[in-house]
Amino acid sequence: MYDSGKIIAGLIVFVLLVTFPFISNMGKASAKPKPSIDTPVINEMAVKKCVEPKEFMRAEHMQLLNNWRDSVVRNGDRIYVNTAGQSYNMSLQNTCMNCHSNKKKFCDECHNYMAVNPYCWSCHIQPKEQPNEQPKENML
Amino acid sequence: MSINRRQFLKMVGVSTVVGIGGTAVFNGLRNSGLEAAQTSPDPRTLTAKRWGFVVDTSKLQSDEDYQKCIDACHSIHNVPDLSGLPEEIRKRQEVKWIWTDNYERTFPTAPEDEYQNPELKEKKFFLFCNHCAQPACVRVCPTKATFKRKDGIVMQDMHRCIGCRFCMAACPFGARSFNWRDPRGKDDNGKPFVNPEKENKEYPTRMIGVVEKCTACTERLAKGMQPACAEASNGAILFGDLEDPNSEVRKIIATKYTIRRKPELGTQPSIYYVIGGGEHAG
Repeated sequence: MYDSGKIIAGLIVFVLLVTFPFISNMGKASAKPKPSIDTPVINEMAVKKCVEPKEFMRAEHMQLLNNWRDSVVRNGDRIYVNTAGQSYNMSLQNTCMNCHSNKKKFCDECHNYMAVNPYCWSCHIQPKEQPNEQPKENML
Repeated sequence: MSINRRQFLKMVGVSTVVGIGGTAVFNGLRNSGLEAAQTSPDPRTLTAKRWGFVVDTSKLQSDEDYQKCIDACHSIHNVPDLSGLPEEIRKRQEVKWIWTDNYERTFPTAPEDEYQNPELKEKKFFLFCNHCAQPACVRVCPTKATFKRKDGIVMQDMHRCIGCRFCMAACPFGARSFNWRDPRGKDDNGKPFVNPEKENKEYPTRMIGVVEKCTACTERLAKGMQPACAEASNGAILFGDLEDPNSEVRKIIATKYTIRRKPELGTQPSIYYVIGGGEHAG
């Protein structure tokens, strides 16, 4: 093989470069997201329940919100009757965020971890949060 | 191995019949698990077959009468206020749901002559979305972001709008505004377009690059309330069902002389203007 020294050295450099992000991050898993439900409204609830069971909301809240949006905007149906038979006003800004008034500790906690950037808040007004920290603008 | 067109079609046909092809597969995959839940309209919702407006111009005299309604609408819907921008830019980029203009520009094709009541020519007229029965904007929208509801309201779905502005070109009434600027932004003097102190926390803003317009307050109708402009107008703007012969709007249209904007275009606008109404009018 001609120039084997250069080729092998080049290959090693290439492999190191490609695997660098994996090697450098090895054993440094970032902390799991812990969405907080510590808000005044939720703390006052006798039974802390969302519109649907926690497991469902965790996995399917995006589909639920999509369905809510289509139902309200396109069909004019604003009442959601959940699997337990209770009725809710379908509104991100007025229903979801009324309880989950801690967007940073609730929504952003997981969304940042998963590096997803839903653009709800470029239009919907997020609740004013108690700490005086300015929420970071994450507009499109 | 190769198959010809005939064999391929046979295979597709048979697999669809036995349920391993076609839509059966995709519908199975798309299960979002929400079947048990149901949606319904709010029981307080005001309903009609075709909502319409009657604007009685005789009940609108001072600038304040107009401004009250405009402010009511624009503050409730977080409509960006671009008044801080230089006049030339503001004119082109202004966002408005309800505004005023003179007789000539409101009814450009209505008959007029030199002896006509000069007051009429100087008078202001309220303009907002006509919620046409045959809306041109709906026909041209490529994403169905604007659509006609069953109750006749021409609705705008901000989630779907791609900002192509076809609807603005199509609308003969100039009822649509494009968000050239981010409504959450500020003008050069640092004045926010939507004041965070005064914004309506129950209603969203829009984002840059979407078209917005009057939605006949669908969010208020769902709570059993009249549109904001009608409520603030002291009876100058009436809101009712045009398909119901006993509704108040139909009674006025049947008994008084009313005109609509550019009826010859065939869009069937749903705003009727009661013209005149001075001391001598019947």
